[in-house]
Amino acid sequence: MAKDLLRFATAGSVDDGKSTLVGRLLYDTKSVLADQIEAVQRASVDKGLSTPDLSLLVDGLRAEREQGITIDVAYRYFGTPTREFVLADTPGHVQYTRNTVTGASTAELAVLLVDARNGIVEQTRRHAAVLAMLRVPRLVLAINKIDLVGYDEETLRAIEKEFTGLARSLGFADDAVQTIPVSALVGDNVVERSAHTPWYGGPTLLGHLETVPVVGPEVAKPFRMPVQYVIRPRDSADARSAEASRWGALHDYRGYAGQIAAGAVVPGDRVVVLPEGRETTVTHVETADGPLAEGTAGRSVTIRLADDIDIARGDLLVAAEAQPVVTSEIDATLCWLSDKPLRANARLLLKHGTRTTQVIVGAPESKIDTDTLTDIEAEGTLGLNDIGRATLRTADPLPVDEYADIRATGSFLLIDPPSGNTLAAGLVGTPLALSPAE
Amino acid sequence: MTTIERATLDALDALESESIHIFREVAGEFDRPVILFSGGKDSTLLVHLAVKAFAPAPVPFPLLHVDTGHNFDEVIDFRDSIVERLGLRLEVAKVQDYIDDGRLVERADGTRNPLQTQPLLDAIVEHRFDAVFGGGRRDEERARAKERIMSLRDAFGRWDPRKQRPELWNLYNGRHAPGEHVRVFPISNWTELDVWRYIQREQIELPSIYYAHEREVFRRDGMWLTEGPWGGPRGAETLEKKSVRYRTVGDGSCTGAVESTATSLDDIIAEVTASRLTERGATRADDRLSEAAMEDRKREGYF
Repeated sequence: MAKDLLRFATAGSVDDGKSTLVGRLLYDTKSVLADQIEAVQRASVDKGLSTPDLSLLVDGLRAEREQGITIDVAYRYFGTPTREFVLADTPGHVQYTRNTVTGASTAELAVLLVDARNGIVEQTRRHAAVLAMLRVPRLVLAINKIDLVGYDEETLRAIEKEFTGLARSLGFADDAVQTIPVSALVGDNVVERSAHTPWYGGPTLLGHLETVPVVGPEVAKPFRMPVQYVIRPRDSADARSAEASRWGALHDYRGYAGQIAAGAVVPGDRVVVLPEGRETTVTHVETADGPLAEGTAGRSVTIRLADDIDIARGDLLVAAEAQPVVTSEIDATLCWLSDKPLRANARLLLKHGTRTTQVIVGAPESKIDTDTLTDIEAEGTLGLNDIGRATLRTADPLPVDEYADIRATGSFLLIDPPSGNTLAAGLVGTPLALSPAE
Repeated sequence: MTTIERATLDALDALESESIHIFREVAGEFDRPVILFSGGKDSTLLVHLAVKAFAPAPVPFPLLHVDTGHNFDEVIDFRDSIVERLGLRLEVAKVQDYIDDGRLVERADGTRNPLQTQPLLDAIVEHRFDAVFGGGRRDEERARAKERIMSLRDAFGRWDPRKQRPELWNLYNGRHAPGEHVRVFPISNWTELDVWRYIQREQIELPSIYYAHEREVFRRDGMWLTEGPWGGPRGAETLEKKSVRYRTVGDGSCTGAVESTATSLDDIIAEVTASRLTERGATRADDRLSEAAMEDRKREGYF
């Protein structure tokens, strides 16, 4: 059977032992090879440690090793006989929103870590809120350092109960949340089942990661595909090459290349090209390997249409029977990722799908107090790590879905025109509904 | 042509789709992209994915090879055959030219991989390339694990890991000022094993030295090096005939062979699966220079 791929993220606060947990997952799945272990052992001895510091497997930059902290999102890869994993390891302390938003934006599952001695802390609430807002489909609470509370069931049950309540209040379904007691240092319930937790009947962390359903919710949504590139072989001198000859009459070939963002598409489907709104029929869904019976979310395809209409990069192909709103006024949630704060009525660039347009960002109406998870006054600006709400006016109308409905067509970037830097991650609508502050 | 029924994506399908998406984004947003192409397995994979991204039209980018001068003949022949078959333009930037006219000086250890940075940056400026595709993978090395898929380089080609743009969803921000360029890593999320499994699935042709063959080699610093103009064997080093293959192909002076009898892709996949060493740890002297060797080279503008 072919292996599938699970993209997941880890988040936790300082000293929860996240690097050690990631190191343990890599080590126990034999994803760390002898030369890497030797390097860690050498470095651990140099630092005067008696046991190898598994976090050194993860902290890759010189500054991280010197300061003993993780600065940036790091990507890790490991596999088992049934599944491959891409892990976005997001550091907890500096710029936690920026890093968590980045790591979680592509994740189908997030592992949130807490220290069994401290239980749910403010940082846990913040992380859980950000993961809920980004609509990460599944959540794991890993209660770490259970060896340090004597594997006490009562303590762990209390943390589990509190977290289940928190997750529910943030909109996670109960079956989307799994709590697992672990010790990353000793290895309890990470890959091997612990002999110290006979009262725990659930899966190990790896066991859960291996069996959780991987098909994202995007496949069941209405069809959406941003057009990336128009493939027209007749424009090039090489259209008669041997590679191309099997495609037959290339003179008239015109294919719209893109990665299906949501839903599925089959030949015969009625689609609309937005923002213009012309309707046509899909004649071919294909890849370089040939025609597909059906293209589904996540696959890069080329689509051919029945009518010869003017379509360019930036356009969005959508299911005719379930279209997004086309609007130049967008109510959005902004995660501010830059040191440069938002100024009221700032003129910025907005990248949505494959289209970049100018935008004026109105004064933020409110922002989230991540300590209390309530809406508070934004006082006209958003700074680094702030999450706030604002109304945006775009130069070109954009076809948008609510982020809570379809992630790919409900998300955008705000870009600073002079520097080109990414200022904010934008989510259409209010994906995290909170009560206002009292 | 048979219709593919497979609706859900397996791991290789998902990785392929992600890479193709990245190629198409760059084609849509940049004026002068180029693919770094050495003839090695990762850059051959890049070219294969680029072909699939734009079929039935040809790949809309030229290729650039930064040639250390310490080449394996089999790899250069292979490089030229790919260029010929696909009808692409190949630019070559030669380290040897820089050594001949004194712009670069041969290192004491004879290794030329670190010398590639200047010819690469000069070629980028000369041809005004604004996006440079490389075959770097995040599983190769710790500094690479922190690299973005689309990564800005300043006018000096430098990488500043602390000033990287956050990369969200699959929305890549490749904006850059004149004189700056962007490095693009379409196979960032592939592992060595993914690369081999995909090469097998797609029947991708590779230079023969990736497969086990008889070769005269000598032992240096724990690696099997081949005889060549880069010096060696010297002193007590002696040539022996061994059955070897290469896991990576770089500058001949610092790329070691591994003892192997793997003559087919099945053999290689079995060998990689069972291997106790990373491909760089096993075969690349340039990464052994210091704990942060790769980070330091990347900061200066290396691949």
